Amino acid sequence: MAVAVPILPSQQLAALSEVYRKAVARRRLHFLVATAVFCAALIIASIGAEVNLRTLFTYFGNFVSYFDRILTLDSGARVWTNIGEWFWGWHKWLLMLGETILISYVGTMVGGLLAFALNFLAAANTAPSPSLRFIVRRLLEFARTVPGIVFALIFVIAFGLGPMAGVLAVAIHSTGALGKQFAEIVENADMKPVEGVRSTGASWVSCMRFAVLPQVATGYASYALLRFEINVRESSVMGFVGAGGIGQELIVAIRKFYYSDVSAILVMIILTVFVIDIGTGWARGRLFGKEARS
Amino acid sequence: MTRLPAPDPSELRARYPEVFERPVSARLATPAMIIAASGIFAFGLVDLDFSPARILSGLHQLGWITMMMIPPDPGSSLPLYLKALGETLSIALLGTTLAAIFAFPLGLLAARNVVPSNFLRFPLRRFLDAIRGVDTLIWALVWINVVGLGPFAGVLAIAVSDFGAFGKLFSEAIEAADKKQVEGIRASGGNALHEIRFGLLPQVLPVIAGQVLYFFESNTRSATIIGIVGAGGIGLQLAEQIRVLEWQKVSFLILMILVAVAVIDWISSKLRFAIIGRRAVI
Repeated sequence: MAVAVPILPSQQLAALSEVYRKAVARRRLHFLVATAVFCAALIIASIGAEVNLRTLFTYFGNFVSYFDRILTLDSGARVWTNIGEWFWGWHKWLLMLGETILISYVGTMVGGLLAFALNFLAAANTAPSPSLRFIVRRLLEFARTVPGIVFALIFVIAFGLGPMAGVLAVAIHSTGALGKQFAEIVENADMKPVEGVRSTGASWVSCMRFAVLPQVATGYASYALLRFEINVRESSVMGFVGAGGIGQELIVAIRKFYYSDVSAILVMIILTVFVIDIGTGWARGRLFGKEARS
Repeated sequence: MTRLPAPDPSELRARYPEVFERPVSARLATPAMIIAASGIFAFGLVDLDFSPARILSGLHQLGWITMMMIPPDPGSSLPLYLKALGETLSIALLGTTLAAIFAFPLGLLAARNVVPSNFLRFPLRRFLDAIRGVDTLIWALVWINVVGLGPFAGVLAIAVSDFGAFGKLFSEAIEAADKKQVEGIRASGGNALHEIRFGLLPQVLPVIAGQVLYFFESNTRSATIIGIVGAGGIGLQLAEQIRVLEWQKVSFLILMILVAVAVIDWISSKLRFAIIGRRAVI
């Protein structure tokens, strides 16, 4: 079936194309102004950040050769020609990696429990009173916005050097992040079961336990696993400020130019992160699979 | 009104056997998981040197530190701190922009609908994963070795670590694009570049712009901490003041960071709404 394309008389066409040209011109102008503002911001920023392209070009060779150096053993051979020599400290490093994972595990657990205790108070549909909700929300926001490593710096002074400071820093940051996510899940929950439980004369706690919790538990577990994954990355650098884990070994290796150690530790960290990613992905799949079946 | 007869338990049991007679493995799964989880938790507490005495004395110290922090007071170094904050924002802006510029072509190459061959895509994806596996602070340390101490190292560190994240996100955004428009361009005789420019870009640019803005937000947070290892910005001041126990200055710096992050959040959510607004609402 042939469809005829209507051809408008030239007068009408001229008016239409005039409007079209104006619309396009206005969009172009907006785009140009936005680009100009952005470029100006970039220039100001590069002055502020002391960007020096000459330094970059002069030393960019250093960046490439840095990777060349960290992949070379003291004997001058490539690292992969002598795995035993490359990973000479694997026993110690594995222990430190275990500590890193443990820090993020315990930190996520504590953070998850605290977030669990607070999230019903922070969610709009379950909060017992608006003022309490406001306070809890600001508290969670504070815990989330201050970077974990800043908490670690302060806790190292309060609790002494060691993994405990790292655990608490991870825990506080996780409380903030998980508390917000948990509250969002609760806000999406169906409120009819709550009314049902409430109508039997149940208290607020029973309402949460029997009406909301069954709906949201899987979501909680999923977010907690995701947070655990993120925390493993984060606690790998907690050692930089003395809060335990593999970061301590890494910063010593980088600062003292033990080149092949740097690459060995980095490889171990990356592998661990991969394994944890895959593991939590698998566990999440299992959790959601169960949910889908019932 | 008729009254329903009370249901007979034995009849219910016969009708829904899967509810009343779950296999032992299913009934034990949840308690076993809880026991295992708390077992590891307890082991962790012991292994990581937790003790009530340490916690108590630490909390005591922490309370004392909090008392010392009030009221926040920058002393005479307010101009210095403002400059450091500006430096932090500059680091975040430049780092995010650099990462986005370099990650875009890579995102195209790593997208299945642009490059169908698995050969290139698989190593590229693993490469991006490896970059993301390394924390920004570690990249900052590496760049400090290359370009020396200062904010420039911070810019490069943020750029590299975001590069990995952007590469992945961009390629996912491109893969999610509608292919009808690309086919339309091809049908009208466009070549591969035309397909990308007129078929893909108009679809993915708003998504990508939203992601870049979101990362700019989160990078203001990252940029506050890379100073701790010497890569410029407000983190440098913060770490120094914590080390010399100037708690009033510390709390002032933390307040500055909170306010700056809140302002950036606000601006970028406005901008995001302006860019993808109507589409996001629908």
